[in-house]
Amino acid sequence: MIRILRQIFRTGIVTEPLPEGAAAEVETVGLKLEEAVRERFRRSITIRQVDAGSCNGCELEIHAINNPIYNCEKYGIHFTASPRFADLLLVTGPVTRNMEIALRRTYVSTPPPKLVVAVGDCACNGGIFGETYASLGGIDKVLPVDARIPGCPPTPLQLMEGLTRLLGRPERRKSR
Amino acid sequence: MSILKDAISAQLGGEVQFIEGYQHPARTVYCSVPREKFVDAAKAMKKAYALLVAEWAADETPLGRGYAIFACYRWGHEYLIVKTEAPAGAPEFPSLAKQFLPAWRFERQIQSLMGVTPLDHPDTRPWIKFEDWPADAWPLRKSFDSSKPLPRVEGEYQWIKAEGEGVYEIPVGPVHAGIIEPGHFRFQAIGEDVLNLEERLGYVHKGIEKRFESLSWEEGARLAARVSGDTTVAHGLGYCMALESMAGCDVPERAHWLRALFLERERIANHLGDIGAICNDAAFAFMLYQMMRLKEMLLRTNHQLFGHRFIMDRVIPGGVAADIDPAGREAVLSELDMLSGDFERLVVIYDENPSLEDRVRNTGILTPEKAREICAVGIVARASGLNLDCRIFNPFPPYDQYDRLELGVPVMITGDVHARTWVRIQEVRESVRILRWILEHLPSGEIAAPCGTPAPDKAGFAAVEGWRGEIIYWLQSGPAGEVNRCMVRDPSSVNWIGLEQAIHGNIVPDFPLCNKSFNQSYSGHDL
Ligand code: SF4
Repeated sequence: MIRILRQIFRTGIVTEPLPEGAAAEVETVGLKLEEAVRERFRRSITIRQVDAGSCNGCELEIHAINNPIYNCEKYGIHFTASPRFADLLLVTGPVTRNMEIALRRTYVSTPPPKLVVAVGDCACNGGIFGETYASLGGIDKVLPVDARIPGCPPTPLQLMEGLTRLLGRPERRKSR
Repeated sequence: MSILKDAISAQLGGEVQFIEGYQHPARTVYCSVPREKFVDAAKAMKKAYALLVAEWAADETPLGRGYAIFACYRWGHEYLIVKTEAPAGAPEFPSLAKQFLPAWRFERQIQSLMGVTPLDHPDTRPWIKFEDWPADAWPLRKSFDSSKPLPRVEGEYQWIKAEGEGVYEIPVGPVHAGIIEPGHFRFQAIGEDVLNLEERLGYVHKGIEKRFESLSWEEGARLAARVSGDTTVAHGLGYCMALESMAGCDVPERAHWLRALFLERERIANHLGDIGAICNDAAFAFMLYQMMRLKEMLLRTNHQLFGHRFIMDRVIPGGVAADIDPAGREAVLSELDMLSGDFERLVVIYDENPSLEDRVRNTGILTPEKAREICAVGIVARASGLNLDCRIFNPFPPYDQYDRLELGVPVMITGDVHARTWVRIQEVRESVRILRWILEHLPSGEIAAPCGTPAPDKAGFAAVEGWRGEIIYWLQSGPAGEVNRCMVRDPSSVNWIGLEQAIHGNIVPDFPLCNKSFNQSYSGHDL
């Protein structure tokens, strides 16, 4: 136990004092996010992530925004296990033929108003997998997409930035 | 002198034909047998204690032949590929499922995607191909137009059923709780005890193998780097090595070493993430956050030095696309100092925590016998007593300098969650050591050589130890030297079966923990 405590103290809070220049960036992006989240979703937004066929690279970076360094929870961004609690679907990958139905179902289970964000080059336009018998291409082939965050995969900072930009755009918040 | 070559000749005599000059690199033994001897060849391999690495088919009609079915076996450092042919008019071959368990799924896949039937196969249900695909849609056939969407048809998947008093079923997925890939699991349980687990995968099937056939050799490297994003370096490397062997490309020494550097960094990053996630699933979140922090540190250094957090697309045909300078070397060395200091402190905490121990020991046991039976690879194999590692058995520089590098491969025999965690811990230590060693002895010179394209009708092969385990690439060129076939075998293709075997007798709530300790790739499996 004492070792655990010692390690906790040794580590301190890593969220703010980042070693590189990235610290400032995370902070600004984070604050902008917090503002947007407060305004639009009354202090918190709940995200359901759906892998519609990704190579899992995008998932790694979405995981990373949950790590103590980016700590998205601090800015009111939560991830949920159930689409029924979600305000936003964060969708990765080209939509595979084998995932299309599950993706549609997840969308239907999400209560309006809901936002759909396509994460990664594949989700934006199919990426290197293109449009084939197995890959339908970008998410917009199946669902109405509110925002796109390109990159292969987008870095955690790009993810946080992308979310801010979306939340800062009120006209996009029509209910469906 | 080759054990496997001798074994197969002893069994089949004049019926096996060894073919020179077709398969590259030359040390990969390549032979062909008549169709009716395909099973005998497998029996000979089994007798020689070889394991089945992969089984696949190729449509060779553009080359003026029919379908070819391949089985690749491994023993120690030897790989042997047995080929048999089926005429286009009778696309069938005898099943190896009774000899080798992993053939079970490989053959279902061959049947589903290539439309070549394994005769006497005990399970004719499709695999990866879903019930709503038209039955005669065989995407890997040359006659299939892959650019058109497939219509949906009616159909239902036949699950294995268990009946009896108190037996109930729990279906999970394909969309899971949490940020993970999709797949479907179905448990039959009595009370809390799992009677049976059946996996159903294929949800993220993106048509990767077919896609390779429409890309140039060079673009193929980018696609390979996206087979499984968490293993981007190792997959890119497998593809490039197979291609280079066919194209006769001489990769500069420094490029080899940098590839090893990338490979070990990928290994450390993923192992850190896994160790943290396993502890988290055993209700010890502290470790997750600590490990994520260390992993993030590594990814940032990658970004800063090599321009990508996962070092994606930095392995290219002919070499690498990112170098390291003296300042970068210092950055990595000081990062490693920080990392290993923290890591060692955390390992002590892992080791001394009784409540953690209670969860991870004796949970999800894959016995050494089972591991052999399913021909497991990588961490899963090494945690269950199999001493396998391509870095030792199929090395490229600097791994081939055994005496100087003294690479240690941890092997445990308990096969439980703890063993799979501990193997990772040991491998992190070893990889840190290798990185330091590489930085100290890195040869100077070019980092890439021009890589031409292969001659028509040739094959290339590579086996690379990614962080999950052995990755196999098999490439074949067509009549104009273009890509005729690219077979990818991620470790997950075989290790997923291990999870099914390991869960028997465990309680349902331990499933996430067992699953995390395997942490297989869905994308790498579904392709
Ligand atoms: S955008 Fe890149 S990282 Fe994301 S799923 Fe596609 S290939 Fe993978």
